[in-house]
Amino acid sequence: MFLFSRFFEELIFTRRFSGKSSKGFKMSISRANDLRLPLMNLIRLKGTPILEQLHLEERLLRASSENWCIVNDGTNVPTIVMGMSGKPSQLLELGPVMKDQIPVIKRFTGGGTVIVDKSTLFVSLICNKDDVPGVQPYPRSVMAWSGSLYGEVFGGVNGFQLRENDYVFGDRKFGGNAQSIIKNRWIHHTSFLWDYNVRNMAYLKLPSRVPQYRLERDHTEFVCRMKDYIERSDFIEKTVKAVGKQFAMKQVNLEDIDSYAKGEHVKSTRLLTMEELQEAMSGTTQSA
Amino acid sequence: MALRMWASSTANALKLSSSASKSHLLPPFSISRCFSSVLEGFKYANSHEWVKHEGSVATIGISDHAQDHLGEVVFVELPEEKSSVTKANNFGAVESVKATSEIISPISGEVIEVNTKLADSPGLINSSPYEDGWMIKVKPSNPAELESLMGPKEYTKFCEEEDAAH
Repeated sequence: MFLFSRFFEELIFTRRFSGKSSKGFKMSISRANDLRLPLMNLIRLKGTPILEQLHLEERLLRASSENWCIVNDGTNVPTIVMGMSGKPSQLLELGPVMKDQIPVIKRFTGGGTVIVDKSTLFVSLICNKDDVPGVQPYPRSVMAWSGSLYGEVFGGVNGFQLRENDYVFGDRKFGGNAQSIIKNRWIHHTSFLWDYNVRNMAYLKLPSRVPQYRLERDHTEFVCRMKDYIERSDFIEKTVKAVGKQFAMKQVNLEDIDSYAKGEHVKSTRLLTMEELQEAMSGTTQSA
Repeated sequence: MALRMWASSTANALKLSSSASKSHLLPPFSISRCFSSVLEGFKYANSHEWVKHEGSVATIGISDHAQDHLGEVVFVELPEEKSSVTKANNFGAVESVKATSEIISPISGEVIEVNTKLADSPGLINSSPYEDGWMIKVKPSNPAELESLMGPKEYTKFCEEEDAAH
């Protein structure tokens, strides 16, 4: 406490005698406050392909030691994204998927299958466990933290809650989330259904493992559109603001990533080949 | 948020308590605490893996504390036989509650056997973390590494302090 006060006094002294105005004084307070918070690098993307986004996330999780918030405002083409253990034959209507050449990705985090497109909003948070005290590096603890964070974002929107690990308004899911936890870090990432094409939902089978609150509803009865509840830009800014209450935010350009994440790392996110999908459909392999 | 987490932890404890009748599956020399069991004769890493060293073979799995905190395990990724594991490096992953979680090897050595039952029954990690839920058997390359691991009492205290800190 003494050291913090002394630092603050020196900052004010410097500002005053450098001829800065009271605005400089206010900036000193803000910067002094930020110095007490762990740093969070913010990357803002728009229309970045989801495969590229996931590769970036896996790289930052495994090869960087800093905290990251990645916001991608939509992706370029409709793409199916499965969790680490997902089996295409069980989760996808493979005939239409292959006929329509929908890309299928297997990501490095757990969780279920989503189909994303330009209407989807992505928010990913990569954190050092020591920078989020009070949160244990286990799934439910991380999710309780994220549920609280998004509770701030959606404060005032009726019915928002984290329900059986899904983000819902009432009993309708609007955000699919997943996580990966490594030694001292974790990622929690979400695809928010701003809007969706009903036709795209037809590529997905009803999964065998569903939350209880889903009952037996099909996709169109189970999910809802976030645009019916909040403005798109409002959501993005409120999310950044909510994260900014716990971290000192610093915007980073994608072009500068190399300086933050160096060296080799395990790369498990990948695009499934047409051959793998065909084999899955014919039942000749269980590995894809 | 802290109250919700405490309530969640308590609910889990009650679930464990109510199903503690399965404690008959645990050897009689177990130390039973409110929230998880720790076995004598095992060594433990601060990343919550256990090692049971018998002769030239070390069996590795994750602790009852770990499986309880992870939730229902739905998928396990393990290394292949004859591959190497290195102390403090990951050798596989489990999936639970939409999360993949790395498993860190407490010792170095060669994998001589993998528990293939976990492919079809990943829940064995939850129901029997110290017996049927074992993950790999390793031929240790440096048995001295076991000395740096925690004993049961030390590990129990470690878990209690870790939980109390959150």
